[in-house]
Amino acid sequence: MLVVKTEINTFMKENESREKEEMELTGNSRRDFLKKSSLITAVALTPVAAVKASELRLDERLSDAIEQMPLNIEINGKTYNLKVEPRTTLLDLLREKLNLTGTKKGCDQGQCGACTVHIDGVRANSCLQLAIMNDGAKITTIEGLAKGDELHPMQEAFIKHDGFQCGYCTPGQIMSAVACIHEGHANSETEIREFMSGNICRCGAYANIVNAIKEVKAGGNV
Amino acid sequence: MNNFQYKRVSSTTAAISELSKNPAAKIVAGGTNMIDLMKYGVMAPEKLVDINRLNFDDIRKQPGMLHIGATVRNAVASENADVLKYQPLLSMAMLSGASAQLRNKATMGGNLLQRTRCSYFYDISAPCNKRKPGSGCSAIGGFNRMHAIFGTSTSCIAVNPSDMNVALTALDAVILVSGPKGDRKIPIADFHRLPGATPELDTTLDKKEVITGLVIPDNNFAANSYYLKVRDRASYAFALISVAVAMELEGTTIKDIRLAMGGVAHKPWRLKEAEEMLKGKQASVENFKMAAELAMKGAKAYQYNAFKLKLAPNTMVQALKTASGIKA
Repeated sequence: MLVVKTEINTFMKENESREKEEMELTGNSRRDFLKKSSLITAVALTPVAAVKASELRLDERLSDAIEQMPLNIEINGKTYNLKVEPRTTLLDLLREKLNLTGTKKGCDQGQCGACTVHIDGVRANSCLQLAIMNDGAKITTIEGLAKGDELHPMQEAFIKHDGFQCGYCTPGQIMSAVACIHEGHANSETEIREFMSGNICRCGAYANIVNAIKEVKAGGNV
Repeated sequence: MNNFQYKRVSSTTAAISELSKNPAAKIVAGGTNMIDLMKYGVMAPEKLVDINRLNFDDIRKQPGMLHIGATVRNAVASENADVLKYQPLLSMAMLSGASAQLRNKATMGGNLLQRTRCSYFYDISAPCNKRKPGSGCSAIGGFNRMHAIFGTSTSCIAVNPSDMNVALTALDAVILVSGPKGDRKIPIADFHRLPGATPELDTTLDKKEVITGLVIPDNNFAANSYYLKVRDRASYAFALISVAVAMELEGTTIKDIRLAMGGVAHKPWRLKEAEEMLKGKQASVENFKMAAELAMKGAKAYQYNAFKLKLAPNTMVQALKTASGIKA
C-alpha cells in the first residue's frame, strides 16, 4: 500500500503543477486527473472493494462529479451557479435541469425555431448552443416575458389573433416575434415573414402570427 | 452527442497550441453547424476550443480594403454600415442564408467552413467519402436533386451550401489565418477545394490553423450588385441555384464584372469566362444570355438535378438584369 500511496502523491503533484500552468478555464486537467485517479483507485482497492465500487457505480458518479464544469448564468433575472457537462445544450439545461419547459424541443437541429430564446437580448436557437459557451450570459425564455400575471403585449396579441393552434411552436414564435420588432425587422408584412422564417408552424398559423406582430409593432410598446 | 473536453482560450497562440496538441480538437465559435453535426454523429471532436473571447469581432474599413473579423456574427456583418456601403453584395448574400436566429450566432469563419448539407453526408448509416473516406458516394446513384453540376469527381458530388461564400468569391475576398508557422493569407479561390479523390477536405486550411478574419479589396461594384437565390421555399432553405453579380457600369457599358454561382459545385463557382466575355460589352439581355451559355460550358447533370442545367443560366440572366437595372 505504501507504494500505491507514493504513486498517488506523484500523480497529485503532477496534476497540481499542470493546473498551475493552465491558467485558462479547462476540463483538461480534471479529465486527466480522473483517468489517473480511477486507475489508482482500482489499484489501491482490494478486489472485493473494487467489485463493491463497481456495484455502486462509483466510477460513473466520480466521472459525473469531475467532468462537470462551472457555469454562471442569469435566466429570467435569476442567477444560477451550476455545473454542467460540456455537451449539455442550453435547451436541455433549461428543460431538463431547471424545469423551464416553456422553451420547446422541436427538431433539436436548428431547423424549426421552437427552442428560440434571447441570449443577451438577441434571439438564438437554444438547441444549437452549448450551455457552457454561455457562461456569464443573460437568458430570457418565454417564462421571463410576462410581468407576474400581466402578459407581454406579444402574448396578448397571439391570443387575440389566434396565432397558434396546437401551441407547440408558440413559445419560440413569441420570443422570435419580440426580437423581430426589437431588431427593426417588422416594418412590413414581407419583412415580418422573411425575418420570422426561422420559426416553423406546422398548423399553418402564419397569417395570424403576422397580424399579431403587426399589431404589437403598431402599438409601439415593444 | 459524444462527450468532449471544452476549453475556452484567450489567445490565438493558445488556440493553435490546442489544435497542435490534439488532432481531434476542433474550433467552435457560433456552433450552429458544428453542434448540429455532432448531434448527428457526423463529427465527433474530442475537444472543442472556444474562440469567442478572442478579439476577432471587429469590422474595420482600412485603406484599400474592408476587414471583417472571424467571429463577427453574420447578422452583425449583414447590417454593418461599412459592409452595406462598400460591399452590399455580401450583406444581400448573408441575409438570404439561414434564419435570423442562426445568423445571430453563425460567424464569418464558421460560415467559410460550413460543411455540405448532402443528406448522405448527414446520414451516418450511408456510405459517404466525405464523412468516411473510401466508403463510397451514395449521392451519385442516389437522390441527387440538390447536388453539383460542376467540378464533380467519382468520389463526391456534394455542394458547398453557403451563400456568404458565393458573394466572397465574387468579391475576391482574402482569408486571414494563423498557424504554428505564422500568419498566411489565402485568396478565397484557393480556400475551398474541389472534391477530387479527397472529398473529406473541404478547404486548404491546415488542421492546426485558425481563421482570424477576412478582407475584401475595395471595388466600384456597390451600385450594381445583386445576389439572387432560387430555393424550394420563399425563405430559410438552401440554394438550388444562386448567382452573385458585382458589376461596374459606365453608362450602359460593363466596365468591370465579377460573377459567382452557388448550389452547383463543391466550392463557390467563379464564372471567369463569362466575366471576360461581358467586359466592355453593353448590358443587354442578349449579351447576358450569351454569357450564361458560356458559363454553363462543362456542366454535367445527374439523375435528379438536370433541372439545374436550365435553372442556372436563367437565374444568371435574371441576376444580371437586376444588377444592371435593365428592363425586358
